[in-house]
Amino acid sequence: MTEIIAKEGLRSEELIVNMGPQHPSTHGVLYLELRLDGEIVVDCRPHIGYLHRSCEKIAENRTYIQFVPFTDRLDYLGSMNNNLGYVLAVEKLLNLQVNARVSYVRTIIAELNRIASHLVSLGTFAQDLGAYATPMFYCFRDREKIVELFDEICGGRLTYNYMRIGGVQTELPAHADKYIKDFIKYERQKLQEYNELLTYNAIFLSRTKKIGILKPEVAINYSVTGPMLRASGVKWDVRKDEPYMLYDQFKFDVPIGKVGDSWDRFKVRLDEIGESLKIVEQAIQGIPAGNAVAKVNKVFKAPPSESYMRTENPRGELGFYLVSDGGLKPYRNKIRSPSFSNLAVLPSIVRGLNVSDMVCVLGSTDIVMGEIDR
Amino acid sequence: MIDPLSVQVRSMVINSSVILGFISISAMFLIWWERKVSAHIQNRLGPMIVGWHGSLQSIADTVKLLLKENIVPAGADKMIWWLAPFFVVVPSVMAFVTIPFARNFVVHDLNVGILFITSITSVCVLGIFMAGWGSNNKYSLLGGMRSAAQIISYEVPLLLSVVVVIMEAGTLSMQGIIQAQEHGWFILKPNLAIAFVIYFISSTAEVNRVPFDIPEAESELGAGYHTEYTGMKFAMFFVAEYTNLFIVSAVAATLFLGGWQGPFLPSVFWFLLKSYGIIFLSMWVRWTLPRVRMDQMMGFAWKFLTPVALLNLLISGWFMLR
Amino acid sequence: MDLNQLVQAVREKFPDAVAEERKAALVVKKESLRAVAQFLKTSELAFQNLHCVSGVDWKDKIEVVYHLYSFKHRFMLTLKVFLPMEDLAVETLSGLWESANWLERETFDLFGVKFLNHPDLRRILNPDEWTDYPLRKNFDRPDFFRLPQSEGLKAGG
Repeated sequence: MTEIIAKEGLRSEELIVNMGPQHPSTHGVLYLELRLDGEIVVDCRPHIGYLHRSCEKIAENRTYIQFVPFTDRLDYLGSMNNNLGYVLAVEKLLNLQVNARVSYVRTIIAELNRIASHLVSLGTFAQDLGAYATPMFYCFRDREKIVELFDEICGGRLTYNYMRIGGVQTELPAHADKYIKDFIKYERQKLQEYNELLTYNAIFLSRTKKIGILKPEVAINYSVTGPMLRASGVKWDVRKDEPYMLYDQFKFDVPIGKVGDSWDRFKVRLDEIGESLKIVEQAIQGIPAGNAVAKVNKVFKAPPSESYMRTENPRGELGFYLVSDGGLKPYRNKIRSPSFSNLAVLPSIVRGLNVSDMVCVLGSTDIVMGEIDR
Repeated sequence: MIDPLSVQVRSMVINSSVILGFISISAMFLIWWERKVSAHIQNRLGPMIVGWHGSLQSIADTVKLLLKENIVPAGADKMIWWLAPFFVVVPSVMAFVTIPFARNFVVHDLNVGILFITSITSVCVLGIFMAGWGSNNKYSLLGGMRSAAQIISYEVPLLLSVVVVIMEAGTLSMQGIIQAQEHGWFILKPNLAIAFVIYFISSTAEVNRVPFDIPEAESELGAGYHTEYTGMKFAMFFVAEYTNLFIVSAVAATLFLGGWQGPFLPSVFWFLLKSYGIIFLSMWVRWTLPRVRMDQMMGFAWKFLTPVALLNLLISGWFMLR
Repeated sequence: MDLNQLVQAVREKFPDAVAEERKAALVVKKESLRAVAQFLKTSELAFQNLHCVSGVDWKDKIEVVYHLYSFKHRFMLTLKVFLPMEDLAVETLSGLWESANWLERETFDLFGVKFLNHPDLRRILNPDEWTDYPLRKNFDRPDFFRLPQSEGLKAGG
């Protein structure tokens, strides 16, 4: 057979498909250069940088407080968590202690934001698998309730700019207590609905089980973090293992996957919503009296030193490496974004899968381009 | 003196114009209805502005599409690219010739009616493949190839399930099949109920709907084979899609649910009720389930559906001979 | 485990690798970076995770900062290496930790640090045609960019 092909000059070519930068399932302006053999992915090269705004350079020309709104624009689905990571890094640099109420309010807000972010990720993942928009709308229906609360608190629905160095922007409104408790009850019912609609659906299982397996040692080697690492079976959560703020006072589990396939990544996120609800429930019950609004000077100098602070974001570990030379502005602000490392591992797990599966794996990694390109 | 031939021609012309009118109105209605159904499944309202509950939305969309620029992609194979929409639309319109809308309304009741429908709708795949090839777009090409593989595969179980009905009715004529169901719909018999399930699944794949919408898998291929089409050419693919949906549902209603038969109401009403009922079922499936993968779908057709259909055929034959 | 013990361990193994004493970081000479990193990963210190690579421009020299993490000891190490402006080149760590691949590409893109023996040292965030290194302190921020006739994007008005 090969002789005939050699004689006749028949040849089969690899097809190069440019997936993106505008494509329905690349979650923003990601450009994947795919080499396909039929429909099998032979190689995949991600090209990033289409959303590069040089946030790190901007940070060097702003005072510490002025950079808080820019952190909203990194991972725009987890803005509150970005705010939190940045203000914690600055507080660590300044050696600033905050009162317990501040930490409680921050915990409640950050966990609610994590739920909102995971809901978007579940919805878009189902969308990538071809469940036309229905799970997406269900998830957005629930997210809407969180976003409305945030809107009331800080006036923003996507970019919040809520955390302040030393505190938060405003106190929780008077009815927040009841609102959040109602939401917890509501969301627990809805998690059942997602399980019925998607998690154990036969088609969904056949599309996601054993697809895009990420081995734990590979995940650690690539510095993959967050739900993606936990889905590979590594029980690691910064909130649990190196607690910041008051996370050591709350009881919650760290859900992990067994195989590290796309289904595990989906399930870990779904379970994390439940765990976040637990944290919010405990925090709203135990919130101490006091003042949560920041009383720190708007302009201040940091001592010449450096700090590295990492927090558990919805997508993984967000790190801020702040270097100060004693001036009003940070000398260097490096943002270690989780999606960046989580995307870097993609080529090594999609080789040999077909295009549909590659879309499924990409959806399950849950990247946000704003954070990758910064 | 009236020439009998001219009477026949005149009645066929009138019937054809009624059918053509029905096709365009039905396609527009189905598009609006699908949008409303999907909206209510998803906690939305859907179109609400144009007309009562957005009922004139499809007309507004058609006007918009008519006015749109016709963009020919650079490097397209012009002839093939230009012909493809017609190859998709014309066969699906032709299939209406033998669909029995009512007791005494069918354009021409061919004695090989069901054979005619299944063979003429198979031509659609040619148009889809031409669209994929002619567009000079890799996504379109992949979509076209997937579509060809899919439609040809699912034709087999579809026809095998239809053969069971033909055996039961003893005729290929659509009206004949309906008359054979005078004392009970075919779906009430166990072997024909299985045939109906096979037919429904295969026909969902035939018209490229979820969970078998692989040729136009949005999250993978953009819009598949009709990515490069704009304006009225795109609308033709769209109309063909919904026309095909109506045809497979109408055929299902005819073959399994007794067609236009039913008490009290006019027969055309029963026919439309049954057809649109099956369409609603298909919409319900579409807005609930995720998509299967290409190889899973092919495996399902060849390794499961075809053997089951063959077995069903065998058992039905045994029942008849007994 | 604390930093002093770790510095001691490195000193024992590589007597002249440590460049200077710092309170919060281990600073090594650039020639011995690869060997020290290899030791940190494979010895019982078990720094399995290269968490972050950052550059800092100190005008006369560029500092490359590696944040390494050991799951076993629950310890984050800040490993630093200083590169003089004349010779911005250091051995890559991408053979040891795969995560170094993209993180070093980013540092190359923004600071112009050459990572020797890197498998794929291309620009990652900026366009390939870019000629400047934006995060250096002497980078002249242009008001707008324009496409020159021939060689792609370039900074400057």
